[in-house]
Amino acid sequence: MSSRVLGRRGKKLDLRSAEELRAERRKGRTGQYLVLPGMIGLALFFALPVLVLLAMSLYTKPPGAEIGEFVPALQFSNYAVMLEAYWPVLLRSFWFALIATVLALLIGYPMAYLVAVRLRQHGLLKGILLVLLIAPFFSSFILRTQAWKQILSDEGFIAQTLKAVSLLPADGHLTATPIAVVAGLTYNFLPFMVLPIYANLDRLDTRLLEASGDLYANPVTTFTKVTLPLSASGVFAGTLLTFIPAAGDYINASLLGNNRNTTMIGQVIDSRFFRVIDYPGAAALSFVLMVSILILVIIYIRRFGTRELM
Amino acid sequence: MSHSQRRRPEDPQIRALAQMIASRSMSRRSVLGAAGALGVTGLLAACGTSGTSGGGGTSAAPVDVTDLSESEKIVNWANWTLYLDYDDGTKKYPTLEQFKELTGISTNYSEDIDGNDTYYGKVQAQLNAGQDIGQDIVTLTDWMAARIIRQGFTQELDHANIPNISNLLPNLQEVDFDPGRHHSLTWQSGYAGIAWNKSRFPKGLKSVSDLWQPELKGRITVLDEMRDTMGLLLLDAGVDISGQWGESEFGAGLDVLRENIASGQIRQVKGNSYKEDFISGDAIAGIVWSGDIVQMNFENDDQWEFVIPEGGGTLWSDNMLVPVASPHKANAERLMDFYYQPEVAAQVAAYVNFISPVVGAREAMEAIDPELVDNPLIFPTDDDLEHAYAFRSLDADEETSFTSEFQQSIGA
Repeated sequence: MSSRVLGRRGKKLDLRSAEELRAERRKGRTGQYLVLPGMIGLALFFALPVLVLLAMSLYTKPPGAEIGEFVPALQFSNYAVMLEAYWPVLLRSFWFALIATVLALLIGYPMAYLVAVRLRQHGLLKGILLVLLIAPFFSSFILRTQAWKQILSDEGFIAQTLKAVSLLPADGHLTATPIAVVAGLTYNFLPFMVLPIYANLDRLDTRLLEASGDLYANPVTTFTKVTLPLSASGVFAGTLLTFIPAAGDYINASLLGNNRNTTMIGQVIDSRFFRVIDYPGAAALSFVLMVSILILVIIYIRRFGTRELM
Repeated sequence: MSHSQRRRPEDPQIRALAQMIASRSMSRRSVLGAAGALGVTGLLAACGTSGTSGGGGTSAAPVDVTDLSESEKIVNWANWTLYLDYDDGTKKYPTLEQFKELTGISTNYSEDIDGNDTYYGKVQAQLNAGQDIGQDIVTLTDWMAARIIRQGFTQELDHANIPNISNLLPNLQEVDFDPGRHHSLTWQSGYAGIAWNKSRFPKGLKSVSDLWQPELKGRITVLDEMRDTMGLLLLDAGVDISGQWGESEFGAGLDVLRENIASGQIRQVKGNSYKEDFISGDAIAGIVWSGDIVQMNFENDDQWEFVIPEGGGTLWSDNMLVPVASPHKANAERLMDFYYQPEVAAQVAAYVNFISPVVGAREAMEAIDPELVDNPLIFPTDDDLEHAYAFRSLDADEETSFTSEFQQSIGA
């Protein structure tokens, strides 16, 4: 991109003195130096750990070794063993995360639209609703999930009501079911969906909506042809911010689920690492999780991504 | 806090480098090389491996530590939550105050341990590198104590500094993981057994098999501590868990567990948090720890009943250990000695409600809370002790494979 800019200005550049050109170049280099701390940080705190993780995932346990004792090796079978045992859990994690993302979008978009567009003229109300949107961040994630466990418990109001209207069998329950886990994921990651969409819709030029109406588009057409495409980058950011952490989440799965039908991959990594003390296995699973998310996200960006994200 | 009070670099790797620099026999290159090597070993240690040591056996490097107990009158103690007498009014631990008055040693008491596995995961790399973890006493359950003693992560106790060790209950004096108790000393013990909600399940339970009754479907919770849940299942099948048993007995017990998880009979497999399910009503019965039920009953009007099942219950203990490189071993030993006085042990037992390992604590309890003297969960009867078994020690391979199978069965 920068070369194009220079090329377009080619003729003008000839007129400038060598002094000016040097000054220009220095300025460019200052910018590069400013990136350095960030790059070093990334290398130290991201690239290096990932390499260590990769190396660890190939370690092997020598025969008769103590617990927690592994030696460097190239044991690729670690991956095969872990995938064979845990591929259903991996698929379930992505499946739960996908449902939670779609639900969060369906719930979150109207919320964001209401605050950003409908209430644009009502400063106070808009402010209050915005604070309410952000408020969950002020209390602990774990505490809120713990509270949900009480709300959904067998003796709780919701379970009792569902049983009374026969939506839930008499011996049925809500906690320790996939429903509770997906609901927990949706609830906990909803703000991550709403805020980017809100930030995007807040800049929406409402005159375009009026123009669309003037051109005889009905509200549905206006939404699908004008509002939604204009907010696509917000939706895009929101879905990524929801899906990626949800796929690796284990707090919801262990507090609201903790059952064979609800195990998510984060719980397995935790159990391999802390309980079984199988560091290579845990590392292999973490690496698989990271790579799968990366692939899914790349496919998603290729398919739906907006240009500025590429 | 204690770290700031230490002048010498405690890390053996740093000390080696410091010595090298002091000896001046080094070139710029050798320093860089050493630094590089430190970086690599540090990195590997951080991954929880012993790096170069390939063979089995104990993996920790021998560490020589200077005991600073004389000059530094402190002891750092890591323990579990709700595991020491605490005064809500003064926000202090009365027995620790007494200890300070008596010896001048102040204790930095922290409730750092919320699981044997997680705590091991946290400190293993440092212990393996022979580094001070900032604790002079850690309190770990038998099997984890066995592991870290075997791995050479503990210091040998000097019994001459702990004369009250003679008060240790006879049945705890000899344990297979630490013959002669040269590395560990019991803090408290307890049972795993079965409990149920008395009003919701009035007919009660006698054995582990009773948990599989249809009316309890989906209302059962069992512990995620393998040795307790599997121990109870094996005992129910008639296996003596202290004796010799192997893969086939374990596998049979695991089948029972899997079957009841698959059918939905067992709703959840949990650690400490099972208590919340008992209180919220999600769980009506299950495999539990004795002391928890005593405490929950105290706070929730006596709703539950605990029994050691007919097949037998597990008896476990938590042990005080001095980690390698702790520079306050003598202080730690004085603290252990202090808590082995019957009067002090009784004060602790009156608060924590687990089994006190100290002979004479029962008599001393008369003066503190006569009601607790006859509580069999604090002062067990001979009959109870006969029905309580310790899970035998597992070797490293068994431990890995059994834990892995158990974790997979419970879905993690």
